[in-house]
Amino acid sequence: MVQEQAVVTEALPYNDVVPGAVIDRDGEALVVNREKLPELALHLRDVEGYDYLSSVTGVDNLTHPKRQGVERFEVVYHLYSTQRGGGPLVLKVRAPEEDPEIPSVVSIWPGADFQEREIWDLYGIRFPGHPNLRRILLWEGFNGHPMRKDWKEAYYEEEHKPYSSRWPYGHYPLDEYKYPWQEERAVYKDNLVFPKGFDPDQWQAPEVEYRLGQDLYRELEKLKTDRIVVNIGPQHPSTHGVFRMVVALEGETIVGLEPEMGYLHRNHEKIGERNTYLMNIPYTDRLDYINSMSNNLGYVLAVEKLMSKVEVPERAKYLRIIMAELTRVLNHMFAIGFLLNDLGAFFTPALYALEERELILDLFEAASGSRMMCNYMRPGGVAYDVSDDWVEQARKLVFDRLPRAIDELDNYLTENEILLARTKGVGYLSPQDAVAYSTSGPVLRGSGVAYDIRKAEPYCIYDRFDFDIVTEEGGDVYARYMVRIREARESLKILRQALRDLPGGPVIGKKKYTFRIPPGEAYQRIEAPKGELGFYLVSDGTANPYRYHVRSPSFINLTALGLMCVGHKVADSVGILGSIDIVLGEVDR
Amino acid sequence: MADEYLEVPPELSRNVFLTTLDAVYNWSRRSSLWPMMFGLACCAIEMIAVAAARYDLARFGMEVMRPSPRQADVMIVSGTVTKKMVPQIVRLYNQMPQPRYVVAMGACATGGGPFKEGYNVVSGVDKFIPVDVYIPGCPPTPEALLYGMMRLQEKIKRQSIKTVPWYQKGRDDIPVPVLGPDVLDLRRKDEIKAISAQIADSEKYLDRLAEKQRAS
Repeated sequence: MVQEQAVVTEALPYNDVVPGAVIDRDGEALVVNREKLPELALHLRDVEGYDYLSSVTGVDNLTHPKRQGVERFEVVYHLYSTQRGGGPLVLKVRAPEEDPEIPSVVSIWPGADFQEREIWDLYGIRFPGHPNLRRILLWEGFNGHPMRKDWKEAYYEEEHKPYSSRWPYGHYPLDEYKYPWQEERAVYKDNLVFPKGFDPDQWQAPEVEYRLGQDLYRELEKLKTDRIVVNIGPQHPSTHGVFRMVVALEGETIVGLEPEMGYLHRNHEKIGERNTYLMNIPYTDRLDYINSMSNNLGYVLAVEKLMSKVEVPERAKYLRIIMAELTRVLNHMFAIGFLLNDLGAFFTPALYALEERELILDLFEAASGSRMMCNYMRPGGVAYDVSDDWVEQARKLVFDRLPRAIDELDNYLTENEILLARTKGVGYLSPQDAVAYSTSGPVLRGSGVAYDIRKAEPYCIYDRFDFDIVTEEGGDVYARYMVRIREARESLKILRQALRDLPGGPVIGKKKYTFRIPPGEAYQRIEAPKGELGFYLVSDGTANPYRYHVRSPSFINLTALGLMCVGHKVADSVGILGSIDIVLGEVDR
Repeated sequence: MADEYLEVPPELSRNVFLTTLDAVYNWSRRSSLWPMMFGLACCAIEMIAVAAARYDLARFGMEVMRPSPRQADVMIVSGTVTKKMVPQIVRLYNQMPQPRYVVAMGACATGGGPFKEGYNVVSGVDKFIPVDVYIPGCPPTPEALLYGMMRLQEKIKRQSIKTVPWYQKGRDDIPVPVLGPDVLDLRRKDEIKAISAQIADSEKYLDRLAEKQRAS
């Protein structure tokens, strides 16, 4: 494919400024010469205004039928401009199997930090120039790079689901009758893969070096204090799950902080590449398990983009908005409740916040059949219609109960002296850093950057509603708290309009159980409650996605955690983490 | 102390009651189960919902969630157990004082759940620590968790101090797994060594499987 398209008649862009940088086009993407990548990146950021690196994705082209002859590894960059808004600029950089190296762009967009580490971890692509290139989701010493197409799990059966051995009346080549459990068929009688001839007695774990800011806060060294390293987590009540912070302290002041994650890495992407497109929807529920509806929405929109020409009925469009915005209200109340929990107001504000959550979950249960894991959206609509009673209940909630609940939280908390003392000026993130570190959602808007994907690159029918982008200038924990309170009110505004205009009619066209999607790729992002949630899908024409990547807001927002925490007291780090509002299912995927 | 095990003759009811040691012991233990404040994944959110106002775990004497394993009686394994996390879970289990109980909440903790085939997922927490009650569901509803905890209370009611493991000789601590090339259960060390020496590598085994599949 590369050789055929190499002779293109139209001039490739940016070659006049950075000669030899762009070597090809691949669909909408520009294929970039890897030696020229840093130079081109600098030009794009400083001159063209592409200041926001949304997503960095690794792809292994080994078995893609349309990409035979292309170099094996590929890294895809999606760039946006926070000033202009609009669609992405997609860059692809390729590297051959024998020399998987691509220059790091961390010095240009610091937001690439964790994403490049993830690609090194899962694909084994090295990024020379990265300051701290070690495994992020798995542990040092893990056997191989599991997202490569030739890495097989212990329970591996076949390339794609549904496995033929599982079909009713199918053939059972794996002695399914004799050995019904996967454990019995696996080599080590368990979900284990050890290298050839592994001897447990000889094993020595590799040393892990944390990057804890040795040259930061030099003036403190005059005090002759001992620097100590403290681990917070992975089992800690304030880390919102299984998350670990390695903190270097001088007295009580943080001089370096490195997040350590992967304790909930449950191989979402590897499993997603075996599943059919429809099978992945319930898995997306379990990404950000507080907001399953908006995860569904993002994934379904990505599949629709890949399918092209999908008609969504009008009623389904409105129902999608209603569900997504109810989720946002729910999430923001939950986040505020648990931020207060982290600040020491143990469980009382959280109880207030959870009260309304139960009512919203009742609505979700009535609509979809499940409280938390809704599995509600489908490509081409939503799974089930809602009744008139449901709409009536939703009206009551949206017009009466939820505004009161938000006002109540606002009255109790916003002017509270202790809250002000603990949050004002803590965890400051400047607007420049917020953009550079690719933060999104309330973290970005709390730093005064008016960037909301619902306005910048509208999806669904958000262009029909009247609402404002909420920003706060503070850039601290308090500003992020205020953004959440005010954004919940904006969501109610959208909900009121959507419930008023909700039309009748069907909610989905013909229900389909398998999709064959034409080869291609799509990146769809939505403004999820926690920030920018993106799904990158590559199709090779079969019923299963060839590559399935989740750009999760919690994961990338954490890149800025170290920056926000350094210089504060160790007790504040907990509040700062709470203000980012992470969910570990989404961080580790 | 209204309980079918406690029979009080009418003439003694104001002064003395007769019972067995087991009955008193089990009654006091099952009436104040303190769970460890320990959330792994999605199920933890439902666990929070159980502790909140609508479902209110406090009705069963279990609302005292302790962040420290040293003060906890029951560990609710609420979510997917990954290989990276399992050494910590085993360590927390070892740190809990006896008597200690484990509840596997949800499909993942029970057997790996929807993520079972993942390369970083442990196929159920019972591969490493003994489990008392399994609660199905993905995630289990709060009602299901409450019911599971009530089943645990019933289980405690049937125990006898003559047979419970913590009055037997020796400690039953579990060796903490090591993160090697894959998670290494030290109890299975010799077995794993033998298999790795025997089978050249797992891919060849998989090739054989694929061949067999093509042949059939």
